[in-house]
Amino acid sequence: MELLTPHTGTIIWMTIAFLVVFLVLKKFAWKPILNALKTRDESIGEALKSADRAREDMARLQADNENILAEARLERDKIIKEARDLKEEIIGEAKNKAVEEADKLIASARESIKNEKTAAIREIKEQIAEFSVLIAEKLLQEKLEQDTQQKDLINKYLHEIKIN
Amino acid sequence: MTEGKAFRIIPVFVILLYILKPINASEEPKQNHQDHTEQQTDHYTDNSEHQTEEHNTHEAFEPGKFMFDHISDAYDWHIIDIGKKSVSIPLPIILYSSESGLNVFMSSKFHHGHASFRNFHIAAEGETVNHKEVKGKIIETLSDGTKVIPFDISFTKNIASLFIGIILILWIFISVGKAYQKKPIKAPSGLQSWVEPMIIFVRDEIAIPSIGIKKYEKFLPFLLTVFFFIWINNMLGLVPFFPGGANLTGNISVTLVLALFTFFITTISGNKTYWKHIFNTPGVPWWLKVPIPLMPFVEFLGVLTKPFVLMVRLFANITAGHIIALGFLSLVFLFGEMGKIQGYGISIVSVGFIIFMTFLELLVAFIQAYVFTFLSAIYFGMAVEEHH
Repeated sequence: MELLTPHTGTIIWMTIAFLVVFLVLKKFAWKPILNALKTRDESIGEALKSADRAREDMARLQADNENILAEARLERDKIIKEARDLKEEIIGEAKNKAVEEADKLIASARESIKNEKTAAIREIKEQIAEFSVLIAEKLLQEKLEQDTQQKDLINKYLHEIKIN
Repeated sequence: MTEGKAFRIIPVFVILLYILKPINASEEPKQNHQDHTEQQTDHYTDNSEHQTEEHNTHEAFEPGKFMFDHISDAYDWHIIDIGKKSVSIPLPIILYSSESGLNVFMSSKFHHGHASFRNFHIAAEGETVNHKEVKGKIIETLSDGTKVIPFDISFTKNIASLFIGIILILWIFISVGKAYQKKPIKAPSGLQSWVEPMIIFVRDEIAIPSIGIKKYEKFLPFLLTVFFFIWINNMLGLVPFFPGGANLTGNISVTLVLALFTFFITTISGNKTYWKHIFNTPGVPWWLKVPIPLMPFVEFLGVLTKPFVLMVRLFANITAGHIIALGFLSLVFLFGEMGKIQGYGISIVSVGFIIFMTFLELLVAFIQAYVFTFLSAIYFGMAVEEHH
């Protein structure tokens, strides 16, 4: 058979065969394969994009977290400072109050002591007077009748016992 | 990993086949050699028993004929010569002639071209029809004695090879297509992972850069079909025995059809800009177009030469590859005729060269598929290019 001249029979066979192969492959091979490749490319692209997005979200979240943390730290410091101030204030107030209270107590104690003292003195005075009267009575009962001299003496003493 | 393995296996396989090929083919020259010695012994012993018809048909080894027989199409598929018996697969012969109508019979009826069947016979060397050399063609002898060439759509060796290639291609890609349909988003496995890089290569390296991202999808099925058709058939042609070995992609009719497909698709999809570029080329002085349409003529010639070049390039490259390998093989027989030692000596060199050539041809098989597809894509790209 000739090498350089095309052969009609071969051309006919080849045309039909290639056409059939082309159409069959187009329907049963290239269509599903290319579609699958396309969907896979798309899904990979989508996955990459969403991964990027997730990374961005992550970064943003992290930044947010840091901000929040920083704010919280500030807030904490503020609260602590306030608390410390409050504490000091409370303590100071309490101290003042205590001092005041103490002063008041001392004052009232002093007052009551004074009152008690005067009452005691008065009582003592009364007791002394009573005792004196008793003593005097006894003395009187024993010695009064003896002499006037003694009487004078008693008087003199009585007079001396002058309580403030 | 599996992908690498698959690729590593192919060259090893092909080498093995080429090592086997000289053994198959050497049956013939061995015979020659035998005949030679027989001829010599005949002189001394005068044993005329060996002077058979066989002797007359086996002349000295002709490398040209040997190569030509291997690269050209045939009516039966010669597989091996065992001793003096030639084993081949008979193929259907389909003929139509105005006198005898449709004739369908097996090529075995011709007994390897030695016999005629009905009114048909295979033309011998030097036979002419209408003063044209018709060697190897089927000739019909009409009742009035005139010889004509009937309309011949025989299922020849190349067509059989074409069908084997087609079965292989359909099996590979339909099964891969099914796999993709089943699990479109999963990672490829098995045959898929061998085919997918090539498909992506055709899409991303050939179709998209040449045609453009907007319009490539329409042409991609054709480009993929052409690419794999040429590649797989090229590789089948490298396999030196059945079911390979036919010189399908080195057959000018086959490359002609492939080129015509590209030509028709280009012509059909050509847009206004494309035709305007041909018949009223912009940026060219007016006197090149009117009154003698020189530029349109040149441009129109370009339209025709493009598919012609596609056809010739593939044909020439693949045929040349086969011829080189067969040439090295012929050396073995040529030297074998001189003597045993020369024959075995040169066979070592020849097999070495054939192995080297096979590697080269594996590369060429891919490159030619790539070039054909790439140029087709460029022509499609030109046809659909928008005015800018």
